[in-house]
Amino acid sequence: MTLEFALISLLNGLSYGLLLFMLSSGLTLIFSMMGVLNFAHASFYMLGAYIAYAISTVVGFWPALVLAPLLVGLLGAGVERFGLRKVHKWGHVPELLFTFGLTFIIVELVQMIWGKAAVPYRIPAELEGPMFTLFTTTFPAYRGFMMGVAVAMLVAIWLLLTRTRIGLVIQAALTHPEAVESLGHNVPRVFMLVFGGGSALAGLAGVIGGNAFVTEPAMAAFVGSIIFVVVVVGGMGSLAGAFVASLLIGILQTFAVAVDASLGGLLDGFGVAPAADSALNTILVLKVSQVAPVLPYLLLVLILIFRPKGLMGTREG
Amino acid sequence: MNRAKHTLIPTRVQAMAPGMTGGTGALQGGRTIRFQPVNVGRYFVWGLAAVLFAVAPLIFTSGFAVTLLSQMGIFIIFCLSYNVIFGQGGMLSFGHAVYSGLGAFFAIHALNWIGAGTLSLPVALIPLVGGLAGAFFGVLFGYVTTKKSGTPFAMITLGIGELVFACSLMFPGFFGGEGGITTNRVVGEPFLGITFGPQIQVYYLVALWCFASMIAMFAFSHTPLGRISNAVRDNPERVEFIGYNTQRVRYLVLIVSAFFAGVSGGLTAINFEIVSAENVSAVRSGGVLLATFIGGAGFFFGPILGAVVFAFAAIALSEFTKAWQLYLGVFFVLMVMYAPGGLASIILMNLRVAKYGKFRRLLDPYWGLLLTGAAALLGIVAVVELTYFRTLEGFSGSKTTLFGLPVDSASPEVWLTVIVLLVAAAAGFEAMRRRFKREWDVVQEEIEEQVAREVKL
Repeated sequence: MTLEFALISLLNGLSYGLLLFMLSSGLTLIFSMMGVLNFAHASFYMLGAYIAYAISTVVGFWPALVLAPLLVGLLGAGVERFGLRKVHKWGHVPELLFTFGLTFIIVELVQMIWGKAAVPYRIPAELEGPMFTLFTTTFPAYRGFMMGVAVAMLVAIWLLLTRTRIGLVIQAALTHPEAVESLGHNVPRVFMLVFGGGSALAGLAGVIGGNAFVTEPAMAAFVGSIIFVVVVVGGMGSLAGAFVASLLIGILQTFAVAVDASLGGLLDGFGVAPAADSALNTILVLKVSQVAPVLPYLLLVLILIFRPKGLMGTREG
Repeated sequence: MNRAKHTLIPTRVQAMAPGMTGGTGALQGGRTIRFQPVNVGRYFVWGLAAVLFAVAPLIFTSGFAVTLLSQMGIFIIFCLSYNVIFGQGGMLSFGHAVYSGLGAFFAIHALNWIGAGTLSLPVALIPLVGGLAGAFFGVLFGYVTTKKSGTPFAMITLGIGELVFACSLMFPGFFGGEGGITTNRVVGEPFLGITFGPQIQVYYLVALWCFASMIAMFAFSHTPLGRISNAVRDNPERVEFIGYNTQRVRYLVLIVSAFFAGVSGGLTAINFEIVSAENVSAVRSGGVLLATFIGGAGFFFGPILGAVVFAFAAIALSEFTKAWQLYLGVFFVLMVMYAPGGLASIILMNLRVAKYGKFRRLLDPYWGLLLTGAAALLGIVAVVELTYFRTLEGFSGSKTTLFGLPVDSASPEVWLTVIVLLVAAAAGFEAMRRRFKREWDVVQEEIEEQVAREVKL
């Protein structure tokens, strides 16, 4: 493993991890505020990508970068206002099930409007090409742009939550909704704002992630389960934990898919070779890159056994 | 409602003192006296179910119907097993297909071993292999998942589900990779001429296992473990206070549930003669959750109802439309929003209204609801089908058929008609819904009052 490979993988991992954080931050905010784990969060990510594609074919990428998240945010607020709020009285499980049913509807609607195949949502011409060259490998400009947007969003959320009045109300409503309500604030409206805001963040992640990866109906399911892992590993409801876990999982996965080593190869290096037909061998010949999709879930199980609160969580569910 | 009735029947009366019951000295040993009146209604219902299982393929004799019935039977076991943890234990799982799927894989390998002559076991007992495999993985995964409850439990089961799915593609030797594992169910010595070659024989095997599993799971819900799992669902803190370990209860209940899920997996292996990674996928796990909730998780017969409806939608509806998952998703969301007790609760609520003789008052609003609802449904289906057609098949021309009528999906008149119909029907439905809700609330209030009076008397 050379230094070049390590650095490039680290950068790629960081950009992927930051994208995961854009998703998991909204999810964490919604969860810690309303106690609802929004199953449809990744569906809003997908909607962001598709809507940005639709807008970008008409007026280009840059207006889409602003309009698509706003539209997705409005949709999210609508979902909260006309759907989730009605279910709220039944408790948390029906709320979770409501968002679960929503994922079915959104993926079917997307297929209904844009078809079952991937759509040609491309990165804008201005951002094509390399940003810089590290030794011999180039780092794409678009990855750099993704990281820039994610960091800007991170700073904006932090400022919003800690430095503004509405941020203080949100923070207060997280822990003491009744007290906030009796002070004259409209807590349901704050909920709607947070849900819409979280959806808008997911939409923004979709706008910049959709063209970096593939915009297809399966993209929600692909990312959805990963961000749940992020939220549980980081600690349910902890924004800082979500940040750390996003980067950790982003880097872990990026490194893993690029490593061709296997346990068998490692043993071979020590001069130990198991019989080729033994049951153990099926595990030993697996390359790390083949195991990569499993790693986040393995991490999840290990975290739950050894640190049930999650990395930075404060409560045990 | 159902639950409350059962808890009123005391099944264990501890003999406190010999004098109290006028008994002999034998009672001093702490013998328990059981008071259980014969529940005629229950025997009647179970007998009816058995008759239904037996005669269903005689009424619906077509090959398609028998296939559908077999799949319904398998799905009923799966949904009931899911409800053991979900409805009765309060554990929302997004990874239940793990147990049925792994059970199916072990069952299909067992079938292949029988075929190769390395294992000697009647084919009819293959579901037991699946059940044991399911229970084994319940022991393994349940240890991790049941450490939590509520939302974290749901997330962990999702993670475990994804883990197993990803693993199933990693080990092609056992899971058969993308293509899956195939088998031939006509193996071993035929017993009384039963080879399980014809589908009807498979149906009766499914029916037998389904009926046995139904009885077993119903009986389980009445065991002390089943009862305490209800308590863990409703108030875990209080259960801890009376000295039970809630985590242990969840663990044991999950193992039982995983066993029956495995049984359904074993039957899947026999029925389809192929098991692939799809059997452990999140799609399966989501399906069983949808079906159980639609049927009604709060009642024992709810999941049976849900399984029948879901299997019918998945098999029969998918023949007619590509958008069946959209319809199912919308139906599910509407159920969550307006009838979280599922179809079972709707039926029971209406039976209660009928019992108090007030159903006639609801008839009128019901008709209004039904007619406007049907019109709105027609409009929605038309819009969805036309859009789907344009997106997926529009490149081969704009002519299609809708409800048997030839229409041009590119003509503005068609769209205008459909949209006007939809908007008008939706408005009518909303008005009818409000009227119905008013009348319904009044009727329910009257019934509550009447019940309160009866209790006083």
